[in-house]
Amino acid sequence: MSTETAKAIEKKPAEALFSKRRKKLVTDPLVDDNPITIQVLGICSALAVTTQMKPTLVMAISVIFVIAMSNFVISVMRNTIPGRVRIIVQLAVVATLVTLVSEVLKAFAYDMYKELSVFIGLIITNCIVMGRLEAFALGNKPYDSVLDGLGSAMGYSWIILTVAFFRELWGSGSVFGIPVFETISGWIGPDFKLATNGLMVSPVGAFIILGLIVWVQRTKTGYVEH
Amino acid sequence: MELISLGIRSVFIDNMIFAYFLGMCSFLAVSKKVSTALGLGAAVVFVLSVTTPVNWLLNEFVLKEGALTWIGADMASIDLSFLRFIMFIAIIAAMVQLVEMVVEKFAPALYGQLGIFLPLIAVNCAILGGSLFMAQRDYTFAESAVYGFGSGTGFLLAIVALAAIREKLKYSAVPNGLKGLGITMLLTGLMGIAFMSFMGIDL
Repeated sequence: MSTETAKAIEKKPAEALFSKRRKKLVTDPLVDDNPITIQVLGICSALAVTTQMKPTLVMAISVIFVIAMSNFVISVMRNTIPGRVRIIVQLAVVATLVTLVSEVLKAFAYDMYKELSVFIGLIITNCIVMGRLEAFALGNKPYDSVLDGLGSAMGYSWIILTVAFFRELWGSGSVFGIPVFETISGWIGPDFKLATNGLMVSPVGAFIILGLIVWVQRTKTGYVEH
Repeated sequence: MELISLGIRSVFIDNMIFAYFLGMCSFLAVSKKVSTALGLGAAVVFVLSVTTPVNWLLNEFVLKEGALTWIGADMASIDLSFLRFIMFIAIIAAMVQLVEMVVEKFAPALYGQLGIFLPLIAVNCAILGGSLFMAQRDYTFAESAVYGFGSGTGFLLAIVALAAIREKLKYSAVPNGLKGLGITMLLTGLMGIAFMSFMGIDL
């Protein structure tokens, strides 16, 4: 994280809109520096909504919005925030953005708002948000910060969407509410029935699937924690 | 009697970690040694038992729809519940600061043990989660106090148990990719299964 901050200090007058360095800001957190599997951040609030794909997608979009926007706002204000009160300022900005998301959901997707309940509010305390603000947005220009936020949020999103995919498929036999198990059973024959696994719907399923994803992902990237 | 039932439920059945995944960040990061896990757990119990009732008061007398009636009858139609997130997090941050100062002044020994964990706690999901659940479930004041203490104790129990397992884990040969986060998640899953056995208990 400190290398990113150091990198941004060197000034380049005219950098391409999508230069190599900026592309790296977005792509790095997707695999090699993934916030969930490598940095171990933001596991808190996310797993609870992953029983179904749909609420997970809404959660992912909300998190992408909150991280990118808060990175932008804090980065714009970074030279005016006194160091001693920066945590409170960051919390206030993030809480305002989350309130915005929650009110929009309440107005346009009330069912989803009911389903996600307190977990939208818990984006405030998602460690990735504060982590990116502290590690990146406080020391970098707005555009770079937005890219960095997008990268981290998307790295987070694909992990929780993968967890949700397997939990919904095995736990409820469907994907995005479309019945998969029933269709397959129908193809094979009237007496054939694919059974769903109740453990996947319970919180335990999320822990085990995430553990396995971490294993696969770390074996591929060769990252070892000591 | 109902309060005891709620307390037991929030410790074992609605456990912050195993049922709602709250406070996972610190749960994973600070569970390498039993002594530090105990320190963080105690700090969480302390802060949750203080902030949940305080946020209940705030919610009841300022934020809820019609909560401002005590100022005057014409305030009855005001609904400030959209301010809930920002007010709760502000109260939590302020309370953590206050608790830190009070503990430092009156119990220096305790401060030495809890001190480093207190600032961490302001952004612990379990604390905000406790307040949000309390508001969503319409608890009374006594219930919210019991709920805050109970869910804090549940967190303490979970983190100390995990730390004890991880201390032993140091001597076992875990595959490289599974070291650290991976094996911890699987372990948490197994502990979750153990805690599921409390589910049928009804007091």
